[in-house]
Amino acid sequence: MITAAAQEREHYLNASYGLKSWLLTKDHKRIGLLYLFTITLFFFIGGAFATLIRIELLTPQGNLVSSETYNKLFTMHAVAMIFFFLIPSIPAVLGNFFLPIMIGARDLAFPKLNLLSWYLLVIGGAFSLFAMIAGGVDTGWTFYTPYSTTYSNSWVIATALGIFIAGFSSILTGLNFIVTVHRMRAPGMTWFRMPLFVWANYATSLIQVLGTPVLAVTIVLLFVERVFHLGIFDPARGGDPVLFQHLFWFYSHPAVYIMVLPSMGVVSEIISTFSRKAIFGYRIVAFSSVAIAVLGFLVWGHHLFVSGQSLYAGMVFSFLSYFVAIPSAIKVFNWTATLYRGSISLQTPMLYAFGFIGLFTIGGLTGLFLAALGMDIHVTDTYFVVAHFHYIMVGGALMGYLGGMHFWWPKITGRMYPEGWAKLSALVIFLGFNLTFFPQFILGYLGMPRRYHLYPEEFQVLNVLSTAGASVLAVGYAIPMIYFIWSLRYGKVAPANPWGATGLEWKTSSPPPVHNFDETPVVTRGAYDYASLMAEEVEVG
Amino acid sequence: MADHAHTETLALRVQFDTEAQQKDASTLGMWIFLITEIMFFGGMFAVYTVYRNWYPEVFAIASSSLNEVIGALNTGVLLLSSFTMVMAVRAGQLGQRKAIVMFLILTLLFGGIFLGVKAYEWNEKFEEHHIPGQAAFHLEGVAPGDQGHAQLFFSIYFAMTGLHALHMVIGVGILLTLIVQANKGRFSASYYTPVDVAGLYWHFVDVIWIFLFPLLYLIDRHLGK
Repeated sequence: MITAAAQEREHYLNASYGLKSWLLTKDHKRIGLLYLFTITLFFFIGGAFATLIRIELLTPQGNLVSSETYNKLFTMHAVAMIFFFLIPSIPAVLGNFFLPIMIGARDLAFPKLNLLSWYLLVIGGAFSLFAMIAGGVDTGWTFYTPYSTTYSNSWVIATALGIFIAGFSSILTGLNFIVTVHRMRAPGMTWFRMPLFVWANYATSLIQVLGTPVLAVTIVLLFVERVFHLGIFDPARGGDPVLFQHLFWFYSHPAVYIMVLPSMGVVSEIISTFSRKAIFGYRIVAFSSVAIAVLGFLVWGHHLFVSGQSLYAGMVFSFLSYFVAIPSAIKVFNWTATLYRGSISLQTPMLYAFGFIGLFTIGGLTGLFLAALGMDIHVTDTYFVVAHFHYIMVGGALMGYLGGMHFWWPKITGRMYPEGWAKLSALVIFLGFNLTFFPQFILGYLGMPRRYHLYPEEFQVLNVLSTAGASVLAVGYAIPMIYFIWSLRYGKVAPANPWGATGLEWKTSSPPPVHNFDETPVVTRGAYDYASLMAEEVEVG
Repeated sequence: MADHAHTETLALRVQFDTEAQQKDASTLGMWIFLITEIMFFGGMFAVYTVYRNWYPEVFAIASSSLNEVIGALNTGVLLLSSFTMVMAVRAGQLGQRKAIVMFLILTLLFGGIFLGVKAYEWNEKFEEHHIPGQAAFHLEGVAPGDQGHAQLFFSIYFAMTGLHALHMVIGVGILLTLIVQANKGRFSASYYTPVDVAGLYWHFVDVIWIFLFPLLYLIDRHLGK
C-alpha cells in the first residue's frame, strides 16, 4: 500500500521523467542506478561465458567447443566480470549512491565528471562487446606478450581499447571520491566519524587513481606494438615480455583490492547495524583499508614467481605478500569482536556479511599458500589458483556487493525486498558457491591446470561437482533478480530507517530527495554510536 | 528546502556551500589528476630505465643521433609558453579580461610552435630510416646484431614524445576553449578557476618534457659520437 503522502513527496526518482532526465542527469544517485543497469548486463554476459565453461568441463574429452573457442570463453568471462562488473560494482553503484549521503553532501564534487565516467564505462563496454560478438579474444584477461602482440588472431585491439577506456571511468570515479571526501564533508563530519564504507571507498579510490594509469600506459604500449610494430616488449629486438608482466600486475594485483576493499566497507556497515554495536577498533579498521591499499602496490611480483623473475626478487615479493594478511586479518578479527555480546539479528544483509567473512577467510588463507615460493611453484596455473581468487572475488567481493544491495535496497528504491526469499537465496548462493569452487582447490592441488578444456578422466567427479554447484549458484543469482524487480511494485513501502541504523543515509527519507537532505546535517557523533542511540531509546521509551 | 536552494552559478555549483570550497575542490581535483598522469608516464619511464640500463652503449649512440640544438630550442619555446600561461593566470587574479585572452593566445602560439618543430623532427626520423619495425631500419655505428636494441630506443622515443605531444594537443584544445570563454568575458578576479586549473595541466605537460629532453637527447650523447 502506498499512502497518498508517500506518493506526493518529491524524491530523486520522481523529480523528473523521461529518458533525457536520466541520460543527462548529474544526480549521483541516478548515475549510481545507470551503473547498476550497465554492470548487471555485464554480470549476465560474464555469467553466460562461465556457464559454457562449466558445461564444457562436465566431460574430460572437450567435446562441446574447440580449444580456440574455449580460450575465448575464459578470456571473455574474465574481461566481462573483472573490468565491467567487479571493478565498477560497489564503488560505482553503491559508492556513487551513498558516499555523498554518508558524509552529508548534496552530491559528489564533480557531478558532470561523474556522468562522464559512466559514459566512458559504456563506451569501453561497447568496444569489448563488439570484440566479443565479432569473434572474441583468446589471450586470457592478462594479455601476456608476445602472444597478444604478435601471434593472437583474435580481437585483441578492440578488447584492450575497451578496457583502456573503462579504465578512465575508474580513474575519474576514484578522483571524484577522493576530492569529495576531502572537501565535501558536512559540518562535524570529521575523518574519524566517517562510516567505514567511506574509508574503504577512499582507500579503493587511492588504488584506482594510482594503479589504473599504469594499466592504461601498458595497454597503450601493447597497442602500438600490435598496430605500429613499435616492439617495446619484442624479444627479437632485445625487449622483455616479463617487463609487460611487471607493468600489468603493478595494476592488476592492486585491482583485486579495488574489488574486495569496498566489500569490506559494506561488511563493516552491516555487522555494526545488525549487532547494534560500534565496530570494535574503528580506527584500526579504517587504517587497515588504507594499509591494504598501500601494501597492495608492493606485492605484484608474486604473479611472476615462475616467469623468470630473479629468485631474490621472488623472495622479497613473497615476504611482502605475507604483509597483506595483517590488515586483512585485523578486519576479520575486529568484525568478530564486534559480534561479541552484540544484539545480533540474522537479516539477509547479515547473512551475506557472514558469508563474506567465512569465504574471504578461506580465500585469504589459501592466498598465503600461493605467496609461499615453494608451494606456489607446485600450484602455479592450476585450479588451486582459480579457486583461491574466486573465493576472494566472488565469495568476497560479490557477497559484499549483494549484502550491500540488500542493505540499501530500501533506501535506493523506497521498497522492502521479501525477507524470506532473500534469506533463502543467500543460503542457496552460499551453498552453490562452495560446491562450485571448493572442489577446484582439490583439483588444483592434484594438478589440474587452468585454461584447458581437456583433462584426465580421474578429475571428472570433482568437475561434475563443480558444474553442479555452478547450476545451484545460477539459481541463487536468479532469485534476487526476480524479487528485486518484483519489490519495485509489490514490496512493502520502506520507512526512512528500516534497520534502526546510525548512518546519515538513514536520516533522510527513502528514497532520498534530489539533494539528499532537506537541511544540511550537522554531525555530532561517531559513525556507529549505538550506545547513546539505545540509551536515548530507553529514555524516550 | 533551506540552505541548498541557492541559484546555481559557474562560480558556485549547487553541491558546494561556498565559492572558496568549489575552487579548492577543483584545484585538488586537478592535482590528483596530475598524480594519475605521473603514474601514466611513470610506466614509460620504467620501461626507459630498464632498457637504458640493459643497452647503455646502443642507447648512447641512438641518443646522439637526435638533434640536440633543435631539442634545446624547442625546450625554450615550451618554457616560454609556461611563462605566458602563468601571466594568463595572473591576469585572471587581477581580473584583466583582455590580458587573459592575450596571454592565452600567446601560450597557444608557443605550444603550436613546439608541436610544429616536433613534427619536423619526427619527419627527419622517417628520412633517416630510424623508424622501428621497418625493414629499412638502420642506425649508423651500431653492429648489425644490435640494431634491434637501437630500434627499442626509437620505439621508446616515439612512444614517449608521441604521448607527450598528444597531451600538448589536448592542452591546445583546452586553451582554445578557454580563449573563447575568456573572450566572452566569463572570467573575473572572483572566478578564474578554469584558467588556474588549465595552467596546472599545462605546466605539468611542460615538466614532463623537461624530463624527456635530457633522458632522450642529452644523457651520454658524447659517448655515442
